[in-house]
Amino acid sequence: MPEPILEMSGISKRFPGVLALEQVDLDVYPSEILALIGENGAGKSTLMKILGGVTRRDSGSIRLDGQEVEIHSPSEAARRRIEFIHQELSVLDNLDVAANIFLHREPTKGGWLRWIDRRRLYREADALLAKLALQISSRTPLGKLSLAQQQLVEIARAISAGARILIMDEPTSSLTLTETRRLLDIVRDLKAHEVSIIYISHRLHEIEEIADRVVVLRDGRNAGELQRDAINHDRMVRMMVGRDLKDFFKSGKANGSTSDDRDWFSVRNLRTLRYPNTPVSFSVGRGEVLGFAGLVGAGRSEIARAIFGIDETTSAQVALGGQQLQITTPRDAISKGIYLVPEDRRQSGLIVDFNIRENISLPGMERYSRAGLINQARERAAAKQACEANNIKTPSPEMKAANLSGGNQQKVVLAKWLTLSPKVLIFDEPTRGIDVGAKSEIYALIRNLAAEGVSVIAISSEMEEVLGISDRIAVMHEGRITGVLEREQFTEEAVMRLATGASAN
Amino acid sequence: MKKELGIFILLIVLCAVVAAINPNFLLAINLQNLARQIGAFGIFSIGLGLVIITGGIELSVGSMMALLGVLLSMMLTEWHLGVIVAVLACAGIAMCLSLFHGLLITRVNMQPFIVTLCGLLFYRGLARFITKDETKGFGTVGGLDFLRFLANGNLFGVPMPFVLLILISVVTWIVLHRSVYGRYLFATGRNPEAARYAGINTRWMITIAYVISGSLTAISGIIFAFYTNSVSPANHGNAYELYGIAAAVLGGCSLRGGEGSVVGILIGAALLQVLRNLVNLLGIPSSLDFAVMGAVILLGVMADQILSERRNRRQIKLMRTPNPLAADHSGGTGSEPIR
Repeated sequence: MPEPILEMSGISKRFPGVLALEQVDLDVYPSEILALIGENGAGKSTLMKILGGVTRRDSGSIRLDGQEVEIHSPSEAARRRIEFIHQELSVLDNLDVAANIFLHREPTKGGWLRWIDRRRLYREADALLAKLALQISSRTPLGKLSLAQQQLVEIARAISAGARILIMDEPTSSLTLTETRRLLDIVRDLKAHEVSIIYISHRLHEIEEIADRVVVLRDGRNAGELQRDAINHDRMVRMMVGRDLKDFFKSGKANGSTSDDRDWFSVRNLRTLRYPNTPVSFSVGRGEVLGFAGLVGAGRSEIARAIFGIDETTSAQVALGGQQLQITTPRDAISKGIYLVPEDRRQSGLIVDFNIRENISLPGMERYSRAGLINQARERAAAKQACEANNIKTPSPEMKAANLSGGNQQKVVLAKWLTLSPKVLIFDEPTRGIDVGAKSEIYALIRNLAAEGVSVIAISSEMEEVLGISDRIAVMHEGRITGVLEREQFTEEAVMRLATGASAN
Repeated sequence: MKKELGIFILLIVLCAVVAAINPNFLLAINLQNLARQIGAFGIFSIGLGLVIITGGIELSVGSMMALLGVLLSMMLTEWHLGVIVAVLACAGIAMCLSLFHGLLITRVNMQPFIVTLCGLLFYRGLARFITKDETKGFGTVGGLDFLRFLANGNLFGVPMPFVLLILISVVTWIVLHRSVYGRYLFATGRNPEAARYAGINTRWMITIAYVISGSLTAISGIIFAFYTNSVSPANHGNAYELYGIAAAVLGGCSLRGGEGSVVGILIGAALLQVLRNLVNLLGIPSSLDFAVMGAVILLGVMADQILSERRNRRQIKLMRTPNPLAADHSGGTGSEPIR
């Protein structure tokens, strides 16, 4: 075997409250397609951000061609010929293709005047596009291209910058099947041109197809690796999830006392903005927790937003307790007792510059006001009570929400809805970015709500969490519900299989 | 609160300096005139402040005043409408126009700057066209005593526009700082997405702010029309929107939205008129009027920005290195707003 061009060894990284990476090793060989896989939160992105100079490691070493190096910034990574293609495209859609490819490396003329040599710019860009078999002119405004084409432009930029190691983070997550085929061809072609590719993906079929080697991360640690002949779907799934469920959820295990009336809250033919061609139907019983599992981008948040009236939808039939509901705005949903704890707490869940009291009372101001005037005493009292009832750790409800920890912020979002007696409560990633202590408090809260007869929908990308808190789990893949698992069918393998697009049987 | 205090101190210092250099500042007639100006300018500034709190802007104020002024004159002197009808018509027109602004901004998703810039151009042109560019007055029409009193009269020696401003300030203070609508308005300006997730009809909140601004513009407009007693369609109210924006910004409103207070806007409006008065009394060439105003606003906002950034940095430093010596620096006069 040849010498590795990149050796990362003993990499550790701690974020406040979490150990994101612990003693992780990763080698990359010349002309290799290395697949890096793991569940959401396993540490793949953190590891790659360290390599790409976006994040600093706490310990460990990085060696390029046997030489120990420090990579402090993305531009330093680029100088060492490491290019990073992020999951979210980072192209400028107000410029044309050539300008994007050569951004900050424009060929110039006229000495110190640094005029852009437009002739050379377009000639070189066109040559590069031809090499990638892209049938577009380098003068096309980027905004006119499809997402897949924009992604290829990013790859072209990386190549023209002389990339030797190319990191691709979920490159196919927003591509169609044909576009994916095309991309995989190009990845193979790059390999033939002596570029090593670190390929992060949840789509195990693609990995089976192109990877030379698979490295699996789990909970921030190496969980094994597979050589070319050993790569198959089931082995990968097993390595990704192979761990014991902690007794974390023991206290708040589903109580099994689900109502017979499983159609208490039902949604029929819901078409989301992202997947308008795949209508989704499901129902939740009274006092039941329905988990929504799936990979990032499977369309789960879109369902939550549609039910809550944030996104406009067409032709969905939503019914609560046998009564058909017409929900077109969040106000409608709120008036029916249907609430959403959104994914992005700081942007959508809270007004962080408001204090706790103002945040809690915001959706139910009519309770604290008469003739449009706020009864401050009543508002204060309610906020104080909500802080105590939900164990929000703050010296006073007059503290700005921005100054609270993630867990306490989430409790404020929850408190806001709990004061309004929910009938249906939708959680989108209930414990994202929350420390362990607050997590278990939130799980207990969810179980309490269910015990009180609230229908709970819990969207979660954390396997442990969704298995721990749910009574049933609906698993989604690319906008479809690929299966609904009953409690006795709950295994990580079953969820992962459905989430990666395998059929239900 | 800190912001209001800073600008309030600036206002007092400025008044003291002017009074010291030219004691005429303290003459009853000068103070009355000053209060009248503050009243007339303050009323629409409060409306503009509300719009700025939503994160928007309203540039058509001055043009709208010119249009309302000439329409009021024409309704009274040429079409011989009743006084009450004419006044109501003016208020109605202003509210309809600003409702239209609000709908364009919230329903068609146009940018407030552009919508109201077009208003600025359009209303000015319309005012000049319907009058054939002739200055309009109120002639000998009877029954205008009350309106004239509103603009030029005094109540116990206090000019009526100032009295009106105080009344309107009290009402808007309650609306903004004590009512549900005010809370929703701040929420919408601060983070429209989270406000929507809390069930607030953010479009409606924004639209209402524009309509309130339109109504206050109408009140100011009527006062100005009778104060000048003749409305020249090409110049009347020219650039008044800038006085309003300046007052709001000086008073602590952020153009990013979600920040501001009625008291701040009031002090800001007062400060601007004191500056104009100062130019007069100190014998500064009146051509420098705008330059003085620009310089003071720039310095005021700059000082506020620099001081608040320094405060932030000091806090961050304190958090990073728990250094006991750091306490020595915090005893100084760092909170003094403007020098």
